[in-house]
Amino acid sequence: MIPFYAYRFKVLRVNFMSLNLADVKRIAHLARIAVEEDEMPGYLQQLSNILGLVEEMQAVDTTGIEPMAHAQDVVLRLRDDVVTETDRHAAYQAVAPQVEAGLYLVPKVIE
Amino acid sequence: MQWEIVIGLETHAQLSTLSKIFSGAAIAYGAAPNSQACAVDIALPGVLPVFNRAAAEKAVKFGLAIGAKINRKSIFARKNYFYPDLPKGYQISQYELPIVAGGSLTIQVGEHEKTVRITRAHLEEDAGKSLHEDFHGMTGIDLNRAGTPLLEIVTEPDLRSSAEAVAYAKTLHSLVRWIGICDGNMQEGSFRCDANVSVRPMGTEKLGTRCEIKNLNSFKFMEKAIDYEVRRQIEIIEDGGSIVQETRLYDPDRDETRSMRSKEEANDYRYFPDPDLLPLVVDEAFLEQARATLSELPQAMRERFMRDHGLPAYDAGTLTSSRELAAYFEAAVSALGGTFSRLRERDGERGIPVEGDEGAARLREMAKLCANWIMGDLSAQLNKDGLEIAASPISAAQLAGLLKRIQDGTISGKIAKEVFAAMWTGEGDADAIIEAKGLKQVSDSGAIEKIIDEVFAANAKMVEEFRAGKEKAFNALVGQAMKASKGKANPAQVNEILKKKLAG
Amino acid sequence: MFNASLKELSGLLAGKKISSVELTQAFLNRIGELNPTLNAFITVDEGKSLAQAQAADALIAAGKAGPLTGIPVAQKDIFCAEGWLSTCGSKMLHNFVSPYDAHVIEQFNRAGAVNLGKTNMDEFAMGSSNETSYYGKVKNPWDVNAVPGGSSGGSAAAVAARLCPAATGTDTGGSIRQPAALTGISGIKPTYGVVSRYGMIAFASSLDQGGPMAKSAEDLALLMNVMAGFDPRDSTSLEREKEDYGRDLEQPLKGLRIGLPKEYFAEGLAADVAQAIEAALAEYRKLGAETVAVSLPNSKLAVPVYYVLAPAEASSNLARFDGVRYGYRAPEYADLADMYGKSRAQGFGAEVKRRILIGTYVLSAGYYDAYYLKAQKLRRLIARDFTEAFARCDVIMGPTTPTTAFNLGEKSDDPVSMYLSDIYTIAVNLAGLPGMSVPAGFGKDGRPVGLQIIGNYFSEAKMLNVAHRYQKATDWHTRMPPLHGEE
Repeated sequence: MIPFYAYRFKVLRVNFMSLNLADVKRIAHLARIAVEEDEMPGYLQQLSNILGLVEEMQAVDTTGIEPMAHAQDVVLRLRDDVVTETDRHAAYQAVAPQVEAGLYLVPKVIE
Repeated sequence: MQWEIVIGLETHAQLSTLSKIFSGAAIAYGAAPNSQACAVDIALPGVLPVFNRAAAEKAVKFGLAIGAKINRKSIFARKNYFYPDLPKGYQISQYELPIVAGGSLTIQVGEHEKTVRITRAHLEEDAGKSLHEDFHGMTGIDLNRAGTPLLEIVTEPDLRSSAEAVAYAKTLHSLVRWIGICDGNMQEGSFRCDANVSVRPMGTEKLGTRCEIKNLNSFKFMEKAIDYEVRRQIEIIEDGGSIVQETRLYDPDRDETRSMRSKEEANDYRYFPDPDLLPLVVDEAFLEQARATLSELPQAMRERFMRDHGLPAYDAGTLTSSRELAAYFEAAVSALGGTFSRLRERDGERGIPVEGDEGAARLREMAKLCANWIMGDLSAQLNKDGLEIAASPISAAQLAGLLKRIQDGTISGKIAKEVFAAMWTGEGDADAIIEAKGLKQVSDSGAIEKIIDEVFAANAKMVEEFRAGKEKAFNALVGQAMKASKGKANPAQVNEILKKKLAG
Repeated sequence: MFNASLKELSGLLAGKKISSVELTQAFLNRIGELNPTLNAFITVDEGKSLAQAQAADALIAAGKAGPLTGIPVAQKDIFCAEGWLSTCGSKMLHNFVSPYDAHVIEQFNRAGAVNLGKTNMDEFAMGSSNETSYYGKVKNPWDVNAVPGGSSGGSAAAVAARLCPAATGTDTGGSIRQPAALTGISGIKPTYGVVSRYGMIAFASSLDQGGPMAKSAEDLALLMNVMAGFDPRDSTSLEREKEDYGRDLEQPLKGLRIGLPKEYFAEGLAADVAQAIEAALAEYRKLGAETVAVSLPNSKLAVPVYYVLAPAEASSNLARFDGVRYGYRAPEYADLADMYGKSRAQGFGAEVKRRILIGTYVLSAGYYDAYYLKAQKLRRLIARDFTEAFARCDVIMGPTTPTTAFNLGEKSDDPVSMYLSDIYTIAVNLAGLPGMSVPAGFGKDGRPVGLQIIGNYFSEAKMLNVAHRYQKATDWHTRMPPLHGEE
């Protein structure tokens, strides 16, 4: 079997915007994913590899190209202003981690 | 140093739709917790948003009302952040392309007028509520409000005092209710303002560091919070410190603003176009439909009241503060003297001249009389009984019936107050009350002369005093004559006859 | 019977040769026998399935049966099904019994089909080998040392091993076509917007599309007739006339122009796969088709663009998994922030976390333009390539994957090499086009090779016709892996 990606790696794994540990910390916090200190270098390496893969994009000139956000060039459908839903909170809350008096409970929110 | 205050306001107006902006759940204030939070609102895995047409209609209506540009294509974006009352972990809002761009609102501050520029107005969904009552040291989350449609209306930093900010907020408040897009209920949070406040040395251009103040849920609090914040900022700067850009919460109990810890950390909202929602396109037909539902706007009506009815700016502003009040005024004026914009003969039997300069002056007088009664006695009674104008026990036509009797001299202004009170308690129309209570004004000069003769006889000393040069005694004699007639004598005639007799 | 087509099974049911309960039980038994080896299912609920089968039998008895009434269909665990555990392959949803049905599930219920169980998948559909599932790896029925592909690997393995007559899948970057290819079955990813995404747990909303996986194109057509259709609850669902996807199955292929993108036959394509594809193309020429060279010059950018856009959307789509309203909540935490961080750190697996982090990064202040916006612009260029290519051909063909199934564990420590196994499938999702994979023989290791057929927008019926004529002329799709029970 041909390790078909091998040739690409040489091209891809150089010259990417460098990511550092502070970046990993910052995005882990933004994403609310607890990352232990000893996991940081591993994430840094993996995320850097992914960024290396996508770095290839930067070589292409996209001046004047309209960004494509959707697969189809169609416009938003408008729903009539009608109430269609009934109260199903009991069914929905049956799968909730913690509820009381119809409320979802979370650790104290400080404003 | 002289400081200039710079304020911009962000207002969240809850759009009065039946269902939510992206789901078919009902919107009713005060429902049982989470009973109006459907699968989409609680963000079950796999559910998707579907946009409510009425939210776009109301946003477009607002845009037209403030003379803004309606973006033919606007984009829903996701604003990503974590908060327990934000079920999806993002809020669907509009970022780069809002539905409404630009426009302005004219406000009245004291005697001067000011135009406040609107930056943009965009559609977004509301979050749920965190209830901090103690649930074993935890917070309860109610998602009934999640997904309620909001129009966020943002001004340029054009406001220069708390008074201007309040005037803007009041004008906006009356406008959104006027055009029927928001019920304006501030207690229930249907109309919420945040103020961006900064100060700078008078005469300088560069904006100072601003603080965003939240929780301004009444016009009074808005004024107090801004005043406090301005004082705080000036003190800090004058003490050599500098302002930290932050979000602050107004505490009405302490009348102060304080830093919001939860909003302290710098956020990176990672806005991007919502892949679940396609571009919102407003076509010509949609625009026309929205335009057709817009009636005369308060600003235009205010100007018309000033122009056609000769009302002072204050009166015109007050009467156009709500659609219902303006309608009441117009109905009363119309019943009283015909439509003012077209002067024509009407009510001929009463012989009111409605043509030429005299007619115009007369009509203006009548409009002013209506305005005075509506803003005075009627408003006072409504306030006292806690009623809205629409629920007034005295209809506009009935009030006009009363004012007609002042106009034609049947009763005096003073007697009219008595009749008004009787009308309020449902004793009937003005004419019936005047008749039943025998309140008709005495205009028969013979009868008035008789009354005055009796007054002279009973108050010879006063007559002498007047004749001796004590002018004040005249008013006392008028008072006695009016009293003797039980208030029914025509005051002008009393004056005239009294003068004649005293001279004679 | 296990190798019978849907039409044949429907005939047996209609002719009362077998009841739906018996049919369902037979497949349940086979699952019981072989699933311990393959791990293709996360949830099997005999009671629920048999109750549905009973209801189907009543419909058949009443003469109210449709083409799929009484037929057991396995559902990818990404589809929410009321009363069924719906985990999406994640610990995060280990206890999520869905309170509602996805549109696709509703459609199958309406058709009287039997839900045979929920199939294993890469966690939140993120993976190409089915090794990221919290519920364990799925084995390839052709070789239990090989991966079945992903993310719809459970569905693919189940169909390949004849544990079910048909299954559903979803395809964000190749997740129907790649596992179909690696397990020797047929699968189609329809045009974006044809199958409702309502109730299909989102990975990357602008790319995700559900579709059927089965033994043949003919079966796929019947399944498409059930799965496709407008749904007002999905704003991206397209309002189109209902169509019969099987209407053109038998059309002759004479004059069919097959576009062969030179980029899909370049360096990186394994020789045995290339050989099998060449043989398939030769078959098509025999059927009267002609091949034309086309080019998709930007296709080399598809993987980079995808690994910006899909994680970006995923980072936001997966923010709802916060331990507040459903799903996993960490047992211990100090405060709210800690609850979020720990619940998400413990509830998500490594690959999901990687993608959330990279997605968060490319959307964050200062990087949005360089990554996200840039990728959106390139996405347009990639879509344009196809428009230009379709001016010269009716369908595009090439390999579905660069190699046959790789070994379990072979790429699991190197995410980037894993990502590149979707190199031929990803561009189709970016463009929103329909794509399918049909079995086209075997590689030198005896593992299946898939032929990818890419059609123009809404040309599913044509593609199924193109696949069906090939399957009439070949028998790859009828080959069954040699399987023995628990080893």
